[in-house]
Amino acid sequence: MRIYVCVKQVPDTSGKVAVNENGTLNRASMQTIINPDDMNAMEAALKIKDATGCQVTAVTMGPPPAEGMLRELIAMGADDGVLISGREFGGSDTFATSQIIAGALHHLGIGDEDVVFCGRQAIDGDTAQVGPQIAEKLEIPQVTYAGEIEKDGNVLKIKRLLEDGYMTVEVKTPCLITCVKELNEPRYMTVKGIIECYDKPITVLDYPALENEPLIDKTTIGLKGSPTNIFKSFTPPQKGSVEMIPGTSQEAADALAEKLAKKHII
Amino acid sequence: MILSAKYELMRKNFRNFAETEFTTEIQEKLDREGGFDEELFAKIAKNGFCGIKIPVEYGGQGGDSLAYVLMNEEFSRICPVGAIYANTPNSLGSGPLLACGNEEQKQRILPDVAAGRKHIVFALTEPGAGSDAGGTLTTADADGDDFILNGRKCFISGAPMADYAIIYAKTNRALRGSRGISMFILDMKLPGVSVGKGEMKMGINGYPTSDISMENVRVSKKDLLGPLDNGFITAMNTLNGGRLGVAAQSLGVAQGCLDEAIKYSKERKQFGKPICANQGISFMIAEMATEIEAARTLIYTTAIEKDQDAKDSFVKCAMSKYYASEMANRVAYKAVQIFGGYGYIKDYRVERLYRDVRVMSLYEGTTQVQQMVISGALLK
Ligand SMILES: Cc1cc2nc3c(=O)[nH]c(=O)nc-3n(C[C@H](O)[C@H](O)[C@H](O)COP(=O)(O)OP(=O)(O)OC[C@H]3O[C@@H](n4cnc5c(N)ncnc54)[C@H](O)[C@@H]3O)c2cc1C
Repeated sequence: MRIYVCVKQVPDTSGKVAVNENGTLNRASMQTIINPDDMNAMEAALKIKDATGCQVTAVTMGPPPAEGMLRELIAMGADDGVLISGREFGGSDTFATSQIIAGALHHLGIGDEDVVFCGRQAIDGDTAQVGPQIAEKLEIPQVTYAGEIEKDGNVLKIKRLLEDGYMTVEVKTPCLITCVKELNEPRYMTVKGIIECYDKPITVLDYPALENEPLIDKTTIGLKGSPTNIFKSFTPPQKGSVEMIPGTSQEAADALAEKLAKKHII
Repeated sequence: MILSAKYELMRKNFRNFAETEFTTEIQEKLDREGGFDEELFAKIAKNGFCGIKIPVEYGGQGGDSLAYVLMNEEFSRICPVGAIYANTPNSLGSGPLLACGNEEQKQRILPDVAAGRKHIVFALTEPGAGSDAGGTLTTADADGDDFILNGRKCFISGAPMADYAIIYAKTNRALRGSRGISMFILDMKLPGVSVGKGEMKMGINGYPTSDISMENVRVSKKDLLGPLDNGFITAMNTLNGGRLGVAAQSLGVAQGCLDEAIKYSKERKQFGKPICANQGISFMIAEMATEIEAARTLIYTTAIEKDQDAKDSFVKCAMSKYYASEMANRVAYKAVQIFGGYGYIKDYRVERLYRDVRVMSLYEGTTQVQQMVISGALLK
């Protein structure tokens, strides 16, 4: 069994967002983090690895520096990494991206027992579209918003967390699952993992490697081929930060007074 | 100092853990209530931090001294007690076992220590034998297949929850000073072992320190650690690594104090401008940062040299602890000064860091003992 975990390097939205002239994000100039939901997807995969000893592969599409993120995921416990990277892929929207990733997964091979894990959505685009689209392209079943995952042989039992309740479904492998943050608490890297991660294999799949993949339509990838285009990206004006103070009125008032005193306002 | 990608990633990971897990609530609770936070320890253990320096074949992470130093620095920058939680099993606890344990002893104990299932502590100090550890009065007399231990150790970090203690005891009374002392692995559940009440301390609350008393405790000969009558030499070797750890803890506290001081001095306004606009304050910050950087360079190079078995690395370890612990005390003093009266109030972190840092120039050999080691090597 092999679990592919699709991960994305995203700008750290606690910092300032920089934008290119064509409206896309200027990723090079921003601090990056691993998309938070993808960390939950990775943890879910590693839990299954702990129990079954299966192979866990981190897959990302991004610029060459995204390799650093793959090393971090290997240091957490993944066995290997796949970096899908090429100028031709740059600027892809979700439709184009999911084609390319589906093509790459098809190229790597999805066996009967294999599973693809994704985060629910990435904090930069917030679309939650790429996971489901990959599943459609690969023609495998998908279960979104997984808040609990139980594996029993080739069947995954999943509790989907929805806005107004939950739903429990069973799905057979191969399948694709998107994960929400309530699913688990991602582990940290280990020192042993960090020492070893630089010697673990990372496969780079560039345009020539995927050019002839049947799942990829060359005319609908990259910035030019993407059916949607970004009109404008900008950093919304600062409205000041808001902090909710929980507790009873008395507790909240005490906490507020303490905060004001600390800032020398009262 | 430029570190390779591997060590930068370690630092990032230690920092992320410290900033996420050592919350203000936990820090304040540890300081207020003392005791020992099992849950926090479990988290540290689960992520492998108890066994950074323990080799992989004994269940550890197989890291080196630089990895160990970075962990102590980053943990201590946020929470010095948190650093001590992870430090004890790595250095004083497992050090003597790694240095001279036989295979059976190492296999029996180290995997549990690395995984945090068992606590191991280091018991050298006695009421009458502090800096002069050669004055050890605890005795171990051979009796058939056992030794009988009698005596009292004091100030033992982690004693109340310990499963094992490394005990130093006199096995040959005819030999004077540091000779004639042996090391034992003491199972803390043995009849005759008792643990005192936790001391009330100035700082590093939340990691109890207490006495260990031994009254006719029968310890099997298979728990003699290292050569008979020569345990003290090993103690000194372990202390080298431990000293580097305390140096790194000091470095971390100092950095934490500097971070706080920079932030506060930009926020706090007096005479119509932020206090950092006064050279009286900004030069203090320049001085703090420079001393911190000097200590960092000394500590990192010493860690690398130690792992390459450089002949004088024991001197550099002593220098690192001496310089960094004194430096950190100076830096903490200045941080409180920059905070003014607020620095004296418990709501502000520098108040606690100022108390926590005080022990750094005392335990694992006082500053004066480090100076004895350094000057002794130069003047021999
Ligand atoms: C919180 C805490 C935790 C500790 N944890 C442990 C532990 O886990 N295990 C353990 O074994 N010990 C531990 N210790 C003990 C610690 O290592 C000793 O306190 C330390 O070595 C100093 O010994 P002392 O307190 O007896 O001081 P003393 O040796 O009495 O020293 C008093 C003063 O005299 C100075 N002095 C002594 N001899 C000389 C000399 N020849 N020349 C110049 N000056 C000298 C010292 O530097 C010091 O300033 C801990 C102590 C504390 C406070």
